[in-house]
Amino acid sequence: MAKVNLTIDGQSVDVEEGTNLIEAARQIGVEVPHYCYHPGLKIDGNCRMCLVDIEKSPKPQIACNTKVAPGMVVHTQTDKVKKMRASVMEFLLINHPLDCPTCDQAGECRLQDYYMKYDRIPSRFEETKVHKDKMIDLGSSVMLDQERCIACTRCIRFCRDVAGQDELALANRGDHVTITTFPGKKLSNPYAGNVVDICPVGALTSDEFRFKKRVWYLKRTPSVCTGCSRGCNIEVHHEGNKIYRLIPRYNPNVNQYWMCDEGRHGYHFVNDNRVLRAQIIKNGAMQEVSFAEAAAYLASQLKTMNSSEIATISHAGETNEVLKAFDEFSKNVLKTDLRYYSRNEVKNPSSDTILRTADKNPNQAYINDLKLKPVSEIKNAQAALVLNGLSEADFEILKKKNIPILAIFAANVGDALPHASVVCPIPTFAEQDGHLTNVNAVVQKISQAFAPRGESRLVGEWLDAITLALGMSAKKAEAVSVF
Amino acid sequence: MTDNKDNLVLTTRFGLEKSYTADVYQKTGGYKSIDKLFSMKPDDVIEEVKKSGLRGRGGAGFAAGLKWSFIPKNVDKPKYLCVNADESEPGTFKDRYLLEDDPHQLIEGIIICCYAIGAESAYVYIRGEFDLAYRRIEEAVQEAYQKGYLGKNLFGKNYKLDVTVHRGAGAYICGEETALLSSLEGNKGQPRIKPPFPAVVGLFGCPTIINNVETISALPYILNNGADAYKKFGTEKSPGTKLFSVSGHVNKPGVYELPLGYPMKDLINKVCGGMKDGKALKAVIPGGTSMPILTAKDCETVTLDYESMTAHQTMLGSGGVIVMNEDVDMVWVLRNLSRFYAHESCGQCTPCREGTGWIDKMLVRILREGGEEKDIALLNELSDNMMGKTICVLADSLSMPVISFIKKFPDDFRRHLKNRPQAVRVGI
Repeated sequence: MAKVNLTIDGQSVDVEEGTNLIEAARQIGVEVPHYCYHPGLKIDGNCRMCLVDIEKSPKPQIACNTKVAPGMVVHTQTDKVKKMRASVMEFLLINHPLDCPTCDQAGECRLQDYYMKYDRIPSRFEETKVHKDKMIDLGSSVMLDQERCIACTRCIRFCRDVAGQDELALANRGDHVTITTFPGKKLSNPYAGNVVDICPVGALTSDEFRFKKRVWYLKRTPSVCTGCSRGCNIEVHHEGNKIYRLIPRYNPNVNQYWMCDEGRHGYHFVNDNRVLRAQIIKNGAMQEVSFAEAAAYLASQLKTMNSSEIATISHAGETNEVLKAFDEFSKNVLKTDLRYYSRNEVKNPSSDTILRTADKNPNQAYINDLKLKPVSEIKNAQAALVLNGLSEADFEILKKKNIPILAIFAANVGDALPHASVVCPIPTFAEQDGHLTNVNAVVQKISQAFAPRGESRLVGEWLDAITLALGMSAKKAEAVSVF
Repeated sequence: MTDNKDNLVLTTRFGLEKSYTADVYQKTGGYKSIDKLFSMKPDDVIEEVKKSGLRGRGGAGFAAGLKWSFIPKNVDKPKYLCVNADESEPGTFKDRYLLEDDPHQLIEGIIICCYAIGAESAYVYIRGEFDLAYRRIEEAVQEAYQKGYLGKNLFGKNYKLDVTVHRGAGAYICGEETALLSSLEGNKGQPRIKPPFPAVVGLFGCPTIINNVETISALPYILNNGADAYKKFGTEKSPGTKLFSVSGHVNKPGVYELPLGYPMKDLINKVCGGMKDGKALKAVIPGGTSMPILTAKDCETVTLDYESMTAHQTMLGSGGVIVMNEDVDMVWVLRNLSRFYAHESCGQCTPCREGTGWIDKMLVRILREGGEEKDIALLNELSDNMMGKTICVLADSLSMPVISFIKKFPDDFRRHLKNRPQAVRVGI
């Protein structure tokens, strides 16, 4: 696309034709403050925070709706512009409650940030504030505090233009204006949680996150959603080995700025219902043992069998590294050709043309690359080594064919666990580095947010220990070594 | 109305019995322009309107013909005309008379405009509270359909035009052209950012012309008599006639058609019969309440045209003239305006949403409890912070009166300040 040359705050800059002034300024490190503008939404131009001065223009112009033009001379730091910003801040704050100590947006609120940066004058408002309703359950786990709302309409535009469901609207007029759903209706689109992310103030908060954790305590780790094969880029927000929320991370090729609610709320398996210690069957009952003891026990069991008659069942929810390591263990250590996979199967899976895919497994693509077969094709096997759970149907197949589960590598308690001779705790996606290959064959990195829970060990570590216990030499398994 | 019928363009049928019917309209020369219209090329019609110097009578005064020429050619989309009949500016009530007394003149104007811009659909967006006006224009449209003046092959010509009358739901802002479009499309009435301008992206995303009732109603005269005849009225830069709706302390308030350039003092003293009860003139709002105010002294020299108003730092606006006598307290007047604009702000842009409410509350406090000097300074500053910084000009519509009221009538404000012996205490 053609480049346009203009001047912003005295700096000459070449930007693509059609770029707006906020983005053009951003390219040279100049911040034009804004509330209603969001690069993923249609422009509305209502907050007036991004007013700038353009030479030869009779009136100040909003940077969000002004496209670059050749020879344009823009000023974003003049006294006039600073006064306009301060006045917008003053207007925004007159009816806004001063409830930062109890507001969940504290720490990531643009009213706070911009007040300190662009205003910092004491309020001159001596009148009575407009009081609006608090704690309105909009639906889809989204709570609305109307009095904090600055009517930027990002949420309205998101529902209408991105989620495709026109569920929110502005009601009333003047300083009594409020965001609301239509009478008798609830916010119910499958992407509703995004309105919380894009709300620049504390008006829309997540019922799941409110009052659980102050945001400045949270650590933020880039990762990829494992809810379906789309692989939306996310940030894992965690503290003390616990996930408090997932939020989408911008990736223009995969998910833009968004993620679905299924993915957003699908992290609880990391926090809850975990297998924390290795277990083996001893004297007819499951007993917790150490990592070394479990590995040695599993190796001793394998030695009693013809390992080439052992089926290995991978899982479409694991990383490329884990799947590769497990497959190499199958081929090189067990020397078995009985290599299969299982996957999460959901009845009536949700899907749409926005982000959600019907395949609720994050890594079917890599399973396909490894040319593994589905468990439905399993032939006679002496026993099975299962990686990260079995679908209900696959579990039934094993039971029907009388194939015992020798060991299961699992992060969470599941139906198959009591049927395994050895249970090997492994980390979830949040506790390890690795890669996932999405439905469009995009390979994406996940990063370890915190250490594995309990005595969980990386699958590679388990396989190395078992290999050594079998009397063979093992290369040190490291996630990054695969790619 | 003036007594001199020679000076009339728009109101010739006012006062005639059943002036709103097609029969009376036709008997008095109505729909005469149609044959001439279809003998012309659309571009020639636009040129004739340009030549007439007709400026939009809704308030902004933008040249009508020029606006029409912004409609893009060779666009594979329908084009629309929206007639702005959402007359809601306080003190302005002239379009209502045109709708009630001569709706067919408007329909003829609609046919002219639609032919010129290539539209096959027109909408009349009418203020919901205008009950009689709504019934009259609706009946006139139905009558026009029955007589074959609208619809397919209107007047036997190879041209199709549909007109829909749409009632507003009671929002002043829907008189703003882009808010009107939003409302017409079924959305909340809120102005849209420009660009894109409606002439390019308007109703349903298609090229659209929005003109007000008075502007469109002037077209039959221009087409029948030619641009030069129209230009004989008014001044060189403000040609034509204009309706002025006069209210307040005059002996004969009402709607008057006058050539542009007519002296304000003559409007008050001659046309409107002078000040009521012989009181002295104190102030005049010249063109609807969103304009800067004029003092009695200003009214000695100002004339009713765009240029003179600009020279007196105000605007002709919609021609809603509000006359106030010496007894009027300008702070009370301003509070009455602030209540209106705070209530009618659509709530979209921050400075308007918050600023109009803040100004209103301050004025109430000043009137209830007495104000301080700093309040006056703050009123000025807030107005400055609002003016020219929003999507539409509703914020300016309160800012301009605030600034001009304080500037031109400082004593009225001082009387309401605390610690002044002559301070006025009045409950609200």
